Amino acid sequence: MTIDQTGSPPTAGHQFPAGSDAFPHRHLLGIAGLQPWEILFLLKEAEQWVDLNRQSSKHVDRLDGLTVINAFFENSTRTLLSFEIAGKRMGADVVNMHAAQSSVKKGETLIDTAVTLNAMRADAIVIRHASSGAVQLIADKVDCPVLNAGDGSHEHPTQGLLDALTIQRRKGDISGLTITICGDVMHSRVARSNIYCLTTLGAKVRVCAPTSLLPAALDRMNVEAFSNFEQALDDADVVMMLRLQNERMNGDFIPSPREFHHLYGLTRERLALAKPDALVMHPGPMNRGVEISSDIADDLDRSAITEQVEMGVAVRMACLDVLTRRSRGVEGWS
Amino acid sequence: MKKTFINAQVLVPEAKAPQPANVAIDGDRIVQIGGDKPSADHETVDCAGALLAPGIIDLGVFAIDKPAFHYGGVTRAALMPDQAPVLDLPAMIKHNASEGKPDLWSHPLAAATKALKGTELAEIGLMKKAGARAVATGRSWIADSGIMLKLLHYCRSLDMPVIVHSEDSGLTAGAVATAGETATRLGLSGAPASAEALSIARDIGLVRESGAHIHFRQVTTMQGLELIRAAKSEGLPVTCGITPAHLFLSDIAISEFRTFAKLSPPLRSEEDRQACLKAINDGTIDVISSGHDPRGPEDKRLPFAEAEFGMAGAETLLALSLNLVRDGLVGMPRLFELLSATPAKILGVDAGQITQGYEADLILIDPEAPWQVDTRKMAAAAGNTPFDKLPVQGRVRAIYKGGKAL
Repeated sequence: MTIDQTGSPPTAGHQFPAGSDAFPHRHLLGIAGLQPWEILFLLKEAEQWVDLNRQSSKHVDRLDGLTVINAFFENSTRTLLSFEIAGKRMGADVVNMHAAQSSVKKGETLIDTAVTLNAMRADAIVIRHASSGAVQLIADKVDCPVLNAGDGSHEHPTQGLLDALTIQRRKGDISGLTITICGDVMHSRVARSNIYCLTTLGAKVRVCAPTSLLPAALDRMNVEAFSNFEQALDDADVVMMLRLQNERMNGDFIPSPREFHHLYGLTRERLALAKPDALVMHPGPMNRGVEISSDIADDLDRSAITEQVEMGVAVRMACLDVLTRRSRGVEGWS
Repeated sequence: MKKTFINAQVLVPEAKAPQPANVAIDGDRIVQIGGDKPSADHETVDCAGALLAPGIIDLGVFAIDKPAFHYGGVTRAALMPDQAPVLDLPAMIKHNASEGKPDLWSHPLAAATKALKGTELAEIGLMKKAGARAVATGRSWIADSGIMLKLLHYCRSLDMPVIVHSEDSGLTAGAVATAGETATRLGLSGAPASAEALSIARDIGLVRESGAHIHFRQVTTMQGLELIRAAKSEGLPVTCGITPAHLFLSDIAISEFRTFAKLSPPLRSEEDRQACLKAINDGTIDVISSGHDPRGPEDKRLPFAEAEFGMAGAETLLALSLNLVRDGLVGMPRLFELLSATPAKILGVDAGQITQGYEADLILIDPEAPWQVDTRKMAAAAGNTPFDKLPVQGRVRAIYKGGKAL
């Protein structure tokens, strides 16, 4: 089939190009550069795993015999767990490598670590690293697909995808929605992946933070930047709050947590400025009472925060499945 | 040993274009330019119409890398004090001054402050006695204006120029790129380009105060160049330089986290790059140097933020700079003022131009000869060039240091 590159992208109900043309990339290093239908293809693929994950028996043997290494050079609880569950539910042998237990601490270079992981014949490697670009550096050195589970302030593509899936399931077509992302945009890989993902799918994206936490040239990324939270919230369909790192809260970028809450905390009064049915999201872990007040976070009618976690597993299952199709010899995936 | 170069196109100072002439040398000195016939006791070197130019004087390199320098036509190099250990003692200067001799002269630059920390003056007078011809602040800026003023007064009294790095360190702390679209997209920490102009503005103020000569080693932004232009028209003793990388690449070159394009100062926006080309054309920029800093995989095959700054630039310096002539921004004589004559003047050496009585540091160039930059086949100690695979023109056919063919 032909893809209409000028009109609206195909949505979940649409056909996608056959075989590997639907997602021709070897790795998932970021959302930047993906075509809208490639993102939508992954979201569509994830739907089946949402259904599976809601059944009592949550197992398929699609990745049976494959080895997936989760190489986490930076601490993580929920993303690591989510990837581990995703791999195991599809029958892969999942191995977790924590930087604290690895030879990284002994001064081994990242490239040497990559070559070592490669020699162990992993079928997919999931990597988190504190430095922007580190995952790409490893991907260039290994033979198997690499999934970026977060690199520095650069990208966290599966977070972008799971957020898009959450929004799509609640709001339908993402195109045309107004989505406000508020918090430490400068240092946030979640913000970047969401900006790429949501703007590619046609949403109007606003970002909001004190200008000291907004990176330069945001206008070049098709987003509108705000420093006034009330203005940024006006008539929004989705409000996505970012986590403010503790180390940036005490005088470095922000004078204090309570001052941040005063100016940028999502409270019920502020949420009233958005659309009446506006969805509240947060990638977790939350600083309750800082970027978000508890009564909003726990309001099941407004908050999609636990749903995001649920979608995370499904999206990661879809990514592991799609990226290993070539090596598994799935028809049409050469 | 007497030699006469015949059938050469010679770059004579102040000529508008290379002139056909003979150049006679005796020992390590140029003795005559012109003359119909070489003397009978002179060996003749037939240049076959090639360009005879002064050897390049590379002002501000981070390593003495003879194969790269000779490939690129560099006969003298001023070594930055950022060595391990730092060049902040007379013995270090003395040792490094003899490093490349006789076929390459190294001019070690004296560290302005002890260990380049920017807090206490180093023994500049003793380092001058040991052979240092200029003082440098290294890769860093002296943040304390009081120390900087004392340094400038002191260097003025010693009649030594001060070569400075121009970036406000408060703004550049932790930054690995210029703030802008590329750094934002890559999630890299960026410093505003105005960090350069801020530091230049302060230092020009202190030049006005002290009368010392500052050479701003790399000026790479429109705002910075405007300040230099204004200071020059005011008659202040300031000069400035740049590298070909900042003239021919913008920060887009760091896309995909290319650490070979991680430089200090970092690559700038396209708008700033265009301003640099204009400043070459109007004479605001005085020196082009390579910033030669060969770095192996252990320093460069790392995540971008962890990789070292710097590029191996000596062997591409001439070929890239010749683009400025081809693009009509400067004539050939002016190019060799930028590459040789002005660096020699800053260092106070009788070299860098084809003038009677000057050192016979000469290179024979085929300005049109095509070749391709290849990071795997570099003469340099490491192949960290952001110009990999670029087709270039201009090769050094022969190089003479102090009259001796190398």
